[in-house]
Amino acid sequence: MVRFGGWRTAALALGAAAAPVAAAWGQSTAPAASTATAFVLNSGDTAWMLASTGLVLMMTIPGLALFYGGMVRKKNVIATVAQSFAMTCVVTLVWFVVSYSIAFGTNADPQQNKWWGGLSNLMLGHVGLDKPYTIAGTAYGVPEYVYMMFQMTFAIITPALICGAFAERFKFSALLLFTVLWSIFVYAPIAHWVWGGGFLGSAGVMDFAGGTVVHINAGVAGLVCALVLGPRKGLGSISMAPNNLVYTMIGASLLWVGWFGFNAGSAVAANSLAGIAMANTQIATAAAAIAWMVVEWVHRRKPTMLGLASGAVAGLVAVTPASGWVEPTGALWIGLAAGSICYCSAVFLKNALKYDDSLDAFGVHGVGGFVGAMLTGVFASAAVQKLPDGHGVLTQLFGCLGTIVWTAVVTFLILMVCKFTTGLRVSEDGEREGLDIVLHGETIHD
Amino acid sequence: MAIVKPFKLEDVREALLAAGVEGLTVTEVQGYGRQKGQTEIYRGAEYQVNFTPKVKVEAVVDDGQVESAVEAIRTAATTGRIGDGKIFVLDVESALRIRTGETGLAAL
Repeated sequence: MVRFGGWRTAALALGAAAAPVAAAWGQSTAPAASTATAFVLNSGDTAWMLASTGLVLMMTIPGLALFYGGMVRKKNVIATVAQSFAMTCVVTLVWFVVSYSIAFGTNADPQQNKWWGGLSNLMLGHVGLDKPYTIAGTAYGVPEYVYMMFQMTFAIITPALICGAFAERFKFSALLLFTVLWSIFVYAPIAHWVWGGGFLGSAGVMDFAGGTVVHINAGVAGLVCALVLGPRKGLGSISMAPNNLVYTMIGASLLWVGWFGFNAGSAVAANSLAGIAMANTQIATAAAAIAWMVVEWVHRRKPTMLGLASGAVAGLVAVTPASGWVEPTGALWIGLAAGSICYCSAVFLKNALKYDDSLDAFGVHGVGGFVGAMLTGVFASAAVQKLPDGHGVLTQLFGCLGTIVWTAVVTFLILMVCKFTTGLRVSEDGEREGLDIVLHGETIHD
Repeated sequence: MAIVKPFKLEDVREALLAAGVEGLTVTEVQGYGRQKGQTEIYRGAEYQVNFTPKVKVEAVVDDGQVESAVEAIRTAATTGRIGDGKIFVLDVESALRIRTGETGLAAL
């Protein structure tokens, strides 16, 4: 028997076997015509994906909005929650117009398809009603519209995570422009590379729900933003204590519950893979929260609510790439590692290297994503699902590096575009007065 | 005028009522004396909070009532621990009841 290398080749073989049926369903470049063989929809899978989409949207609004909103000073709360809300709206439209096509389209030219999906699905063109989500020749029992929506919610939350790095000083106009450009030129290509049929996925990178695409991506972009923007005025001398950690706790809880849609929904099916992904998510999160709490208790002599919430989020982040690849014991180790390592990166790193990653977008998402992606290579188990050709720790590193380099460079370029058009930071007086009143003309009245 | 610990407010109010002082104005304030503030920690960022929350109680009384009012507040507000607060006695030039226009003692 001839052995082929590469995940893509194996999938093509599968696709060739299924070709007669696939041809009846139609690929993205063919018009959706009614055929004798109708699209056989799996209603259980589709129902779960519809629900998962709602859960993941909830992670951004209001999950992330409140998580961050509670951590900033009172004069910046409205502006902070507005960022998540506005970015939801902007990314929705950008995804519809072009970034879905770039991320999940199948480029007619296979060489180009390694890098981007082309423009065949511009304005959701050729996304017909009776078409299943298909990747590399394998069709799922879920309509493409549903999968498109599910992935849209991922595209929404990823840039929203970056807000943690430039909190309390970024202009709203710059944010809107940044979001449009970042969604098209950073998020969509990386999503294509890992999930959309591009070169990272075909090399065997295992990223079940977005350790690279979402967390390393947003985390590193956040670091770049923090470095380019510079620190908040008065950092180190005035109090920047959180205004309401109850908001943060509510936000963290919504993130946790919503993450079931994020991870278990990435099985694209209502099956046992979704079940184990859910179990891994829960176990890693709890372990990470406790690990962070223990480290903090020893280091600071008090366990904090912010620490519990942060540890939980670090666990959620780290288990994201691993959730559908590891067994629960692996998830436990990933959680314990993430909780303790991210405590160090959030607490020590930025003070040591003197950058103001205000809400630890890099410290938690960047570092947590990297830890999780690498440990996925360590703990991945064929007992959970068949491991892709080329899988391994070095392949995971390849995936991380590809993501890091692209996002760092292009995020920097986008920031430069914003700098010379909208400007990046509010004025010093504006920052002192507060973004709520200066950018939005609104205030919290007690 | 008295600065007292917030949880002592109810005790002070009852003590003043018993001493014949029927009107009060209460403000939430922050301050420090010899009692220093707390340390708060958020993800490794330590904040020394210099101010402690207190309650300011103001009452206008007749000259003859001052001693008993001060004694009432002092007894009610004391815990024996640092941060109990202070009482200041100030002269009031005049007083007027807005509804009726009465002045002087009749306004209290």
